[in-house]
Amino acid sequence: MNRKQKRMLYRILLSAGLFVAAILIPADGVLQMLLFGIPYVVIGWDVLWTAFRHILNGQLFDENFLMAIASLGAFCTGEAMEGVAVMLFYQVGELFQKCAVSKSRRSIAALMDISPEYANLEENGETRVTDPASVAVGSIIVSKPGEKIPLDGVVLTGDSVLDTAALTGESVPRGVHVGDSVISGCINLQGVLRIRTTKTYENSTVSKILSLIEESSEKKASAENFITKFARWYTPCVVIAAAFLAVIPPLFFGGWTEWIHRALTFLVVSCPCALVISVPLTFFGGIGGASRAGILVKGGNYLEVLAKADTVVMDKTGTLTEGVFRVSEVQPIGMESAKLLEIAAHAEMYSDHPIARSILEAYGKQPDAARVQQMEEIVGCGVRTELDGETITVGNERWMRENGIDCTACPPYGTAVHVTQARKYCGYILIADSLKKDAAAAVAALKRAGIRRTVMLTGDRKAVGEAVAAQLGIDQTYTDLLPEDKVAMVESLLGKSTGSLVFVGDGMNDAPVLTRADVGIAMGAMGSDAAIEAADVVLMDDHPSKVSLAIRIARRTMRIVRQNIVFALGVKGVILLLSAFGYANMWAAVFADVGVAVIAILNATRALRIPK
Amino acid sequence: MTKTFRMEDLDCANCARKMEDAIRKLDGVQEVHVNFLTQKMILCADDDRFDEIAHAAARICQKVDADCRVVLA
Repeated sequence: MNRKQKRMLYRILLSAGLFVAAILIPADGVLQMLLFGIPYVVIGWDVLWTAFRHILNGQLFDENFLMAIASLGAFCTGEAMEGVAVMLFYQVGELFQKCAVSKSRRSIAALMDISPEYANLEENGETRVTDPASVAVGSIIVSKPGEKIPLDGVVLTGDSVLDTAALTGESVPRGVHVGDSVISGCINLQGVLRIRTTKTYENSTVSKILSLIEESSEKKASAENFITKFARWYTPCVVIAAAFLAVIPPLFFGGWTEWIHRALTFLVVSCPCALVISVPLTFFGGIGGASRAGILVKGGNYLEVLAKADTVVMDKTGTLTEGVFRVSEVQPIGMESAKLLEIAAHAEMYSDHPIARSILEAYGKQPDAARVQQMEEIVGCGVRTELDGETITVGNERWMRENGIDCTACPPYGTAVHVTQARKYCGYILIADSLKKDAAAAVAALKRAGIRRTVMLTGDRKAVGEAVAAQLGIDQTYTDLLPEDKVAMVESLLGKSTGSLVFVGDGMNDAPVLTRADVGIAMGAMGSDAAIEAADVVLMDDHPSKVSLAIRIARRTMRIVRQNIVFALGVKGVILLLSAFGYANMWAAVFADVGVAVIAILNATRALRIPK
Repeated sequence: MTKTFRMEDLDCANCARKMEDAIRKLDGVQEVHVNFLTQKMILCADDDRFDEIAHAAARICQKVDADCRVVLA
């Protein structure tokens, strides 16, 4: 509670005391009115004053005005006690409401507490503390254990472990070494790092994320727009209804005081606050909770569409697979695997071909240049060298057969590199893009979340694509696609799906597809601006399992939104009906007004929690 | 030009909505968002009259909620 809220609490207590005293003191007529007038003024003077100022400004129908009319009206119709009670309840409710809102505001702010306060800038051999916003690109900054990395950059010296939880939701820390790029907002856990900055603060990951979340509330979901439209009409309608209720029935039935009293009750229920606060708060909470899990949602509208997802289209390379070619299998004939790898690595040591690079990486040691003579690279075929005086050929199947070598059949996925030594076949090395660890689990989780159809698109060959799809349990696969084919494919799938279509890509040259889908999800945004720009939802890390989590968060958020709308409208509707027929008094009406708002706000804060 | 202004004591969500509606009708305003949760106003308006428009927007906010202030500086 802040100072203002505390003062309000004292006023409520004081007024409640005076109210009880007024009830206990036996008095009637004018004296009783005056006795109830004291707690009324204590609790309600600011409402009356604000209402008065707003009338001067031409603002009718605001909350203060309605409460003032209702409570003063109660006094005039001889229900002084009710007048005080209404004002008292209203202020208690308002206080609760403010506390609840500021609490959820604080917890959302805590989620976004990723912005670094300072940077240690190194200049002329000395370090000084400065504002991250003033550090130029290419400067050297020093990050000590326990500090937040202030700017994106590359490690110059030092090794450490970074806590990326605030950005990615990933609890396992990440090791960094010289030459690795680091991202602002991570917490340095261990060693001192010297970092050359590669971005200004404004363009750093932290500021990008923060502005993305802030701007997210601008993209309103249709539920929010509905509430806005509803609020525009609700209050005037209820006020007009109240006016009719006060005038028309008594013309026929008489009993003016009673009908005026019912009309005043109407006024108390006429504020749409519960809805107007709680619906955007729920979306904000959902977006905040998602960002905690490393999922950035660019607007409430995307949560709404994501909740309706029934088709998930995924790119293969970089999304379901690592996108990096590695030696996945070594199949020697008549020698050790290590020996085969050694021969291949020496043969390929001077080649720049990506396949050669991955073989050298798998070998892991520095090849001995003295053992190799006479290397010859035959484009589109392979390499031929002399190793320890023997002819070695390393190349594809076609080239082997041309040279009269009989190769073993190898699996359909990946690229096989065959090796011969002195014209004798020694086996093959399979180079493939390996599946991400959680890829199969991610597809299974989508199915569990009720996704009707999972589709994989790839530019890869049919054999490779289908092998991957079968391994993961994907429903439909389309292979041999050019980037523009992917757009056409998504368009035809869009026509076939009843719910919304989600496309998941890694943000590399799939921007048009990301835009075309109902919701475009880009993953691995750590460091890639293009992905952040093009997508509607951005996954900070590259785990495809986050897709189903995003969908579950979206559904949960929408469920809370619906609960709040139904609950608030339902209670208000019932109270309006009851009070029109004289079954609900003003006390119940105050509950319908502020009580519902408080409950709806508390319900909205549930959206912050991430579903398990 | 788009600028973000901090708001003080914006206490009711319905007021934020009313402010938005009224400011949007001002001449030269392209887009405006009054965010009750972040207590901020994002105003996008014509460059040459921006200050004038911002002041008018601040006056509207105060008119709708007498206790609310837009921090213009």
